[in-house]
Amino acid sequence: MPKANGAGPNGSASDGTQVTFLEAIKQAMFEEMERDPAVILMGEDVGVYGGAFKTSEGLLERFGWERVIDTPISESAIIGAACGMSYCGLRPICEMQFIDFIVCAFNQITNFVAKGHYLWNAPAPMVIRGPSGGGVHGGPFHSANPEMYFVHTPGVKVIYPSTPYDAKGLLKAAVRDNNPVLFFEHKFLYRRIKGEVPAGDYTVPIGKAVVRREGKHLTIISYAAMMHASLEAAEALAKEGIEAEVIDLRTLLPLDEETILNSVKKTNKCLVVHEDTRTGGIAGEIAAILFEKAFHDLDGPLVRVTSLDTPVPYAPTLEEHFLPNAKKVFSAAKELARY
Amino acid sequence: MAVDIVMPQMGESIFEGTITKWLKKPGDKVERDEPLFEISTDKVDAEIPSPSAGVLKEIKVGEGQTVPIQTVVGVIDAAGSAAGSSAPAPAKTAAPAPAPAKAPAAAAPAPAISRPVAPPPTAAPVAASSASSSSTSERIHSSPLVRRMAKEHGINLSTIEGTGAGGRISKQDIEAVIAAGGVPAAAPPAYSAPAPAAISRSATPPPPAAAPGASGAQVHVVLENAVPREKMYFGNYEIHPMSTMRQRIAEHMVASKRVSAHVYSVDEIDMTKVAALRAKSKDEFEKRYETKLTFMPFFVKAAVAGLRAYPTLNASLDGTNVILHKEINVGIAVALDWGLLVPVVKNADEKNILGIQRNMNDLAERARSKKLKPEEVQESTFSITNPGVFGGLFGLPVISQPNVGILGLGAIEKRPVVINDSIAIRSMCYVTLSYDHRVVDGAIAHQFLHKVKETLENWNEPVL
Repeated sequence: MPKANGAGPNGSASDGTQVTFLEAIKQAMFEEMERDPAVILMGEDVGVYGGAFKTSEGLLERFGWERVIDTPISESAIIGAACGMSYCGLRPICEMQFIDFIVCAFNQITNFVAKGHYLWNAPAPMVIRGPSGGGVHGGPFHSANPEMYFVHTPGVKVIYPSTPYDAKGLLKAAVRDNNPVLFFEHKFLYRRIKGEVPAGDYTVPIGKAVVRREGKHLTIISYAAMMHASLEAAEALAKEGIEAEVIDLRTLLPLDEETILNSVKKTNKCLVVHEDTRTGGIAGEIAAILFEKAFHDLDGPLVRVTSLDTPVPYAPTLEEHFLPNAKKVFSAAKELARY
Repeated sequence: MAVDIVMPQMGESIFEGTITKWLKKPGDKVERDEPLFEISTDKVDAEIPSPSAGVLKEIKVGEGQTVPIQTVVGVIDAAGSAAGSSAPAPAKTAAPAPAPAKAPAAAAPAPAISRPVAPPPTAAPVAASSASSSSTSERIHSSPLVRRMAKEHGINLSTIEGTGAGGRISKQDIEAVIAAGGVPAAAPPAYSAPAPAAISRSATPPPPAAAPGASGAQVHVVLENAVPREKMYFGNYEIHPMSTMRQRIAEHMVASKRVSAHVYSVDEIDMTKVAALRAKSKDEFEKRYETKLTFMPFFVKAAVAGLRAYPTLNASLDGTNVILHKEINVGIAVALDWGLLVPVVKNADEKNILGIQRNMNDLAERARSKKLKPEEVQESTFSITNPGVFGGLFGLPVISQPNVGILGLGAIEKRPVVINDSIAIRSMCYVTLSYDHRVVDGAIAHQFLHKVKETLENWNEPVL
């Protein structure tokens, strides 16, 4: 596993302490609930049990059952109830125990949460968050990356962070945002990634990507767990004299076109790495943006390193074959650099 | 199904065409739009793409024959499975040597069939149609970025050897060409260097250079042979492919001679005063400014005085528009072991002797170490070349486009001259002006030379 690169947005060290990705999320929820009594948490087993991954451990004790609500096993009901609460002035955080099951609430999210502001002038300030992603042998029902269903849904914002610093800062920003925000937490990062988080209150702006590593030969665009695979690949590439610029998207909707375009206009080549399956992934959208806005700056085809177009396999060897990794990024990047 | 191949109409006023080369033999498999044969008309040379996929069944009009447009010149079996032709076809596709395949790439490109050739030139010189140049680029593997850079720097992509995947021209390739100063003023879009392998005694010489009439403004240069290729290869010889820079220079010189009506004037300058000043100041100059004092900045200053007095020489010609430049940027030819560059002293009129000398020395130094930036060899408004440095009495230089004049300096040497009916020994120098008679007449040219002469002979600006 790659080294943690979880300090400030520009890699700068802060005065805080090293925390895990999971701890950063817990801190964000704790601090936001302290700050604003309108913030509540609801989901399956978030209260007494402290969350399937212990993300909400201690919150029930601190904030009580009225604000930390254990729900029945119905994602549709969770989102529907939260939507109503948000209309009435609350700022609910909904946890999906595994993000795979967010699609049970697809109708609530896409038809009501996302459209309320547009249709009835009823904004739904709420956060839907949960553990996502593969690489942990979770199989087809517990490894999903369903972000693109929602990136295709006008009216919501979609965040998918890669570092503890960003996870905390972006979750706090999501809670304070007046739009519904989907917040994906890659479970592979939960306890594997540590990074510095400042002591005081801070937020990370939604809709801003960050350059994690500067380079001139090609741009690698990624997010979440694959950002770490990309950074690891970039290290290996540097040993061969190929300087890859690595961009962490952090937010998928709205997408930070400016950072993407600035980088590709400099490097002239672009590789997109995502753990989501290939067809309809964010790479296709980035390709379209580059063709529209940077055609004359391209010195090579857009290259994708993604998961295969299949469900996430259960068998470890198959899952390994299915997922992108640093090695796959390395060889694709090398080929593109030489193109 | 048989598909007729016809002689296409390559322009409104074209009624016949000559087949210069068949690129396929009967029995060869062809893809749709694959180049099938080359033609030459009085306006263009072109590769003609196959109208259909299949097998070339029959050639009805051989190489060298001229036929009216719409004449059937061959037949393609579109099914490609006709008895007799299917068997040899796969074997033969692999057969053609790289030589014939390479030759069409060097030939003038094909504008879209039936696209009317541009109307007869009005004021514009002979030039390439834009369709020609664009279709040339399309056959070269590059990228949008590379094409954009090539366009910005006036570089002909077909002259660049790609090092990317499959010989693709990459950003690094074109950056290298730009860094080497390969920036022709008049970029010719249609010449590709034949690989040494393509040269053999039996090779058919490429068709003559295209000289289509056009609406564009750029001269379309193909480095052509004055005699058939066969006549050049005899006895023992070595073949040295031209470097990219050499090709650039060759193309630029041919283009300049073709475009500009060169006229030459000569004058003689008494450099005694300047020579004395230089001899007196050069040691102190070098000590004080850590750069050598040469004669060149004096000539630059004198040329600036001439250009100020006669701005017609500080110009470019675009069709029927004379562009009078407000800046005086003097290009100075620098001989290199591997060619020639003309870096530019920008705003020479705003600099004193020291400023010009420093600027020149820096440019020349970096020209030799290949560290010039592309913009440093661009935007000259007038040029100076110094054949005298190699001992030449005087030279008649070719104009560096898009200038309309170039000053050539002869060697400075002591000669007996008559002054007030007595013979004196003076440091004398012949200077020549090559100028474009389309823009500049002899009266202006000689007055300019006289101004240069007067400035140098009556030099009064201190150099220290």
